[in-house]
Amino acid sequence: MAASFRTPRDGADPGVDRGLHERTTMTAPAPGPLRLEMLGITKRYPGVVANDAIDLDVRPGEIHALLGENGAGKSTLMNILYGLATPDDGEIRLDGEAVRIDGPSDAIRRGIGMVHQHFKLVPVLSVAENILLGEETMANAVFLDRDEARRQIKDLGHRFGFEIDPDIRIENLSVGWQQRVEILKALYRKANLLVLDEPTAVLTPQETKEIFAVLRRLRDEGTSIIFISHKLYEVLEIADRITVIRRGKVVGSRVPRETDEDDLAELMVGRNVQLIVDRGESHPDGVVFSITDLHALDDRGHEAVRGVSVDVRGGEILGIAGVAGNGQEELVESLAGLRRPSSGTVHLGGQDVTGRGPRALQAAGMSFVPGDRQRFGLVLSFPIEDNLVLTQYDEPPYARWILRDDEAVRSWAERAIKDYDIRTPSASAAASSLSGGNQQKAVVAREFSRDLTVLLLDQPTRGLDVGSIEFIHRQVIAKRDAGAAIVLVSAELDEVMELSDRIAVMYRGEFVALVDAPTAERDQIGLLMATGRRDATLAAAAATTMASPDEIAASGGGAGAG
Amino acid sequence: MRRLLSTWAAIAAVPVLSIVLALGVGAILILVSSLATGGGKLDPGLPITAYAALISGAFGSEKGIVSTLVAATPLVFTGLAVGVGFKAGLFNIGGAGQVLVGGFAAALVGAAVGGQPAPVAVAIALLAGAVAGAAYGFIPGVLKAFTGAHEVVSTIMLNSLASFAIVGLVNDIFKIEGPTFARTADVGNALLPVFIGRNGHIGILLALAVVPIVYFLLWRTTLGFEIRTVGANPSAARYAGMSPRRLIVITMSLCGLFAGLGGSMEILSLGYYPAVFGTAIGFAGITVALLGRAHPVGILLGAILLGAMRAGAPSMQIEAKVPVELIDVIQGLILLFLAAEVMIRRSLRVRAKGATPEEIHTVSRSYGGGTV
Repeated sequence: MAASFRTPRDGADPGVDRGLHERTTMTAPAPGPLRLEMLGITKRYPGVVANDAIDLDVRPGEIHALLGENGAGKSTLMNILYGLATPDDGEIRLDGEAVRIDGPSDAIRRGIGMVHQHFKLVPVLSVAENILLGEETMANAVFLDRDEARRQIKDLGHRFGFEIDPDIRIENLSVGWQQRVEILKALYRKANLLVLDEPTAVLTPQETKEIFAVLRRLRDEGTSIIFISHKLYEVLEIADRITVIRRGKVVGSRVPRETDEDDLAELMVGRNVQLIVDRGESHPDGVVFSITDLHALDDRGHEAVRGVSVDVRGGEILGIAGVAGNGQEELVESLAGLRRPSSGTVHLGGQDVTGRGPRALQAAGMSFVPGDRQRFGLVLSFPIEDNLVLTQYDEPPYARWILRDDEAVRSWAERAIKDYDIRTPSASAAASSLSGGNQQKAVVAREFSRDLTVLLLDQPTRGLDVGSIEFIHRQVIAKRDAGAAIVLVSAELDEVMELSDRIAVMYRGEFVALVDAPTAERDQIGLLMATGRRDATLAAAAATTMASPDEIAASGGGAGAG
Repeated sequence: MRRLLSTWAAIAAVPVLSIVLALGVGAILILVSSLATGGGKLDPGLPITAYAALISGAFGSEKGIVSTLVAATPLVFTGLAVGVGFKAGLFNIGGAGQVLVGGFAAALVGAAVGGQPAPVAVAIALLAGAVAGAAYGFIPGVLKAFTGAHEVVSTIMLNSLASFAIVGLVNDIFKIEGPTFARTADVGNALLPVFIGRNGHIGILLALAVVPIVYFLLWRTTLGFEIRTVGANPSAARYAGMSPRRLIVITMSLCGLFAGLGGSMEILSLGYYPAVFGTAIGFAGITVALLGRAHPVGILLGAILLGAMRAGAPSMQIEAKVPVELIDVIQGLILLFLAAEVMIRRSLRVRAKGATPEEIHTVSRSYGGGTV
């Protein structure tokens, strides 16, 4: 490898970096060395080239988006940058100098900060304690200098435009603020190159806006940011430059003002993608799924679902919109037989199925795509073929008496893999070896291929790439046209708006509105999600979401699931 | 083919390394002990002599091989009693108690039917042992399924209960007149028939038969699929409409059944239940199951290894003057190294396949809870 060792940067003092920032933030292309150059990075794993001669450069004070489908090689590239993987070939340069990054602590020393999609924070510790973990500021050999640390954290927050109380516990912060703590953690370690892995996946639209403001402020202060995402509109909104990778190769670079979503989608997927599925017309008939005054408790015994009533007709899609934590999870679990409702009734095809377990509901014609596919939908250590019969394993033709029929399972699995375009080396590969999109396709293949009258979909496309989303949306429409009554719960308002015939807005455990989708206005729904009221003004909504972290946490927790 | 071989090599790497490391530490102990026994002189060749005697004692003659298989037989059953539990995410420490209860039941019922023709008597006595063991596994299963009581805690308590209660029963109620030590009546025709060598009883054949049966149960039946699903992902099992409670009760009973059979084999080859009957084969099942990666074939191999050590130990003592107790030390060390799997993999940089998720969850979660 051409890269050579280099001593840790001694210019870790922000004062030294300052000059560089000011010099380079004025115009692009920037003079002076690039913050990061990755040249011809190649990484092979057995049977697959994860990164194939990838070039990526990031200027000082630039937000550079890395766009690609799941499994395209984004994570591998970032793991190489963070020292978690060693490239087989290629060179990394930081500020013009070739370096060899030897593990995460070396990466941190060189000013690289990583904010993972799943936060690595200790809930019971305070903001300051979390930031200090592994990087303790010592007053002397034995004791921590907490006061000094608190002061530094406050200063940092102040400098980048988010005031934060260093003594508040992580568990009392909203997700958006937890993310800011992660960013602060990197900044505290003097990061000048920040990698954010799908930072908006867990945020509400409002929180996304707020975090974007923080990122812009960071950029203007001179920090370089690599923004990993597969959400096209976000990338267009935040990035200065966009690099698209597909199957381990860079397939193009774009500047936001010279491109659009369709162009990016085509680059990313390699073919023309229909971003908004052609939903056609729905022809609903009689009511087949009827929920009356349903109540359910959450795990802590608080009432999370408070009297939900709705009738769903065959051949229609009922979308349930709402900010996460307003009782949707408990509602779905009650309907799927995983949680006993405390009162109310559920009728499926004229049959009272209140309080029945999953087995009885399946027999009555319900299929359920769970929101957490890795927890409920799949057994990751099992082969794909076993996962494809997880809810039918003891029914013919997959089993006779107590004997499983491996051949019947295998032939169905091979058909499903083909029909649902599940990308896997073989039917016997473990589910854990598949990308998220392909795992979800396996769940969808299993649940959609049954005789069903009701289809319950919880976050059916969460974390998926555009290609998989398009595919799954088409399957949902096809099921609707085949006469299924479909209940769709999604945190993505766009998805609910696109697919549904009617939309219920869930707020603090209740349906506060039930509107016809074609006449629904996005802003109105967003307002209902945020305030639960139709007559609320936009200003009132803004006031709620701009509240201090405690208030946000409190209102989130008060909604039930918390 | 090569890929298959390398997969197998990766699975076997940690068990094999654990054995090698344990034997290495054992060799050091032998060297140190030679200072004491050899009159202050260090005998560098002693470990080689001792291990050579151990191997030739276990495999060097027909008599040795038969003894090895006889010693391995109950270990196959007690190994399965732990290994099948692992598959369902359960850590059955209760093998020891289930062995005692099964063996005791086999001894009493065997004595009662000892006058019947041998095939009938043996079958009834074994069945009694299996049922009694299963019942003693059923108890912690029900406790876990319906109250959340952790099986590790409840089976440890049930081990003590079985051990003391049975010693009391043998000493006070079922003791027969005549022998100089407390024991139950002879089992008569329920004694396991010998078909090879001096003591090669038919239990060996049953142990060889049970391995494919358990493999078939786990991988070819719907019940086995349910057991493995509940072990790998209890939430997904619930989602799929399985009943984790029912499966916990069934699996714990099944574990007890295997342990009970293992105890019955020991007792029915001896011919009576002695008050001093120990718990060693029950606990050795944990080592066997971990050595065998909870796979029936692996458990068979692990049982043969431990059986060989038991069978070869007397030769080692005679030829190298190394006490037989060293075998217990080595067995303990194997368990220690197996339990420290992650450390071994890291420090020796072995590219080994890790434990199955079932094993990791089961062993690591065991003392913390993790209820249904």
